[in-house]
Amino acid sequence: MTVDVLAALPRLAQRLGGEGATLAAAERLSGGASMETWAFAVEADGGRRDLILRRRSAPFDLEASRSTSLAAEAALIAAVRAKGAPAPPLVHLCDEADGLGEAHVTARVSGETLGRKIVSDPRFEAVRPKLARQCGEILAQIHATPPPPEAHLKSADFLGELARYEEVYRTSGAERPVLELAFQHLKKHAPEPAPLTLLHGDFRNGNLMIDPEVGVAAVLDWELSHIGDPAEDLGWICVNSWRFGRPDRPVGGFGDYADLLAGYEAAGGTPVALSRVRAWQALGSLKWGVMCLMMYQSWAGGADASVERPMIGRRVSETEVDLVHLLEAGL
Amino acid sequence: MITHPRAEELTEAVSRWIDGVRPSLDARNAFLARVAVNILGVIVREQQLGPAAEAAARARFAELLGREGDFADLNRELCARLRAGEMDAETPGLLAALKANVLDQIAIDQPNYRHEGLAGG
Repeated sequence: MTVDVLAALPRLAQRLGGEGATLAAAERLSGGASMETWAFAVEADGGRRDLILRRRSAPFDLEASRSTSLAAEAALIAAVRAKGAPAPPLVHLCDEADGLGEAHVTARVSGETLGRKIVSDPRFEAVRPKLARQCGEILAQIHATPPPPEAHLKSADFLGELARYEEVYRTSGAERPVLELAFQHLKKHAPEPAPLTLLHGDFRNGNLMIDPEVGVAAVLDWELSHIGDPAEDLGWICVNSWRFGRPDRPVGGFGDYADLLAGYEAAGGTPVALSRVRAWQALGSLKWGVMCLMMYQSWAGGADASVERPMIGRRVSETEVDLVHLLEAGL
Repeated sequence: MITHPRAEELTEAVSRWIDGVRPSLDARNAFLARVAVNILGVIVREQQLGPAAEAAARARFAELLGREGDFADLNRELCARLRAGEMDAETPGLLAALKANVLDQIAIDQPNYRHEGLAGG
């Protein structure tokens, strides 16, 4: 089904702002292969509201996909906000009357999401030292949230994730000694299983809305949320690929492990040993390496013709150089 | 071998042309144009550094495996032995060889990448 979003938005503006409300601005922010994000504003008697529309632009297969539905995302946002985590408040879950397909509307939180700016722009210098601790606090709030049953979230643990990505790697036909070594090493040195909790699933610099005054203003992109080991979220934000040129600041390129873990504990999170975080961080680098291979393959197989996809294949080596250093350090 | 122009001069000409038209493109295409320039950079670096990097990698693998062979052949055997657990992170010389190889490759793929373990920013 093709949807003319720009044609449907004025009607949505009326629905959200009441009779006489108008669409003030609409701009497509980004588009992945299956998800679109639009910024728009509604002008009504009560004033102007800046909003974000997320909508799925390709058919969704809940069984095959790792992603949640947008309705599940809406339920998650409400659940974590009740525990104090800063997700953008849900304004509207779209239905058939909106003519937008599967979509939801949230408030637009202002700030910066570009990782490179967050780690290097002088505007964030004052708030930067506080971010790692805030990330720990927010993750403790998310992990303490009872998973909303209507979200039908999937579960994954360390060995399960490792096996899933190893299978994808085998199917790719690539022969990469560093990835092979990492698979075998992590299998042999997997951390002990921990009680599983709700996870964000893609908690990293790039999915955080950072305000120069308050720090982490919102956690975005809940579509990879699942049930898993709390150290998975803590490790993912430490993957060097999202440190944007600051490997010396392991948490998102802005902070230290100790601050992340101290914030986590202070907000009521069950203490997590650094070695678990590092094991999940290594698995994170390995997963990102395999994802880069997959993106190259989506081009090689003809599914995606963009010039960007084959080039992402050349990012496998960044994960290899990180993995080899992690292995050398004994993880 | 071929000059006037050399291959890297041709890629440089294309890069400059893309940079010139980039400001007139919409955000998505401007981004893709930057990717295209980066791709040309990879091609030039691979031309310059690739043959020596592959020869060095082949030599490292030959020493590690104690036999001669071409790169693809040795690489395949190394992967198989790692998978079978016959070699691992404790194997003398393994991590050093792999590190040298990936550092050579990142010099082609992303020479400005600041990898895990580097100090200061």
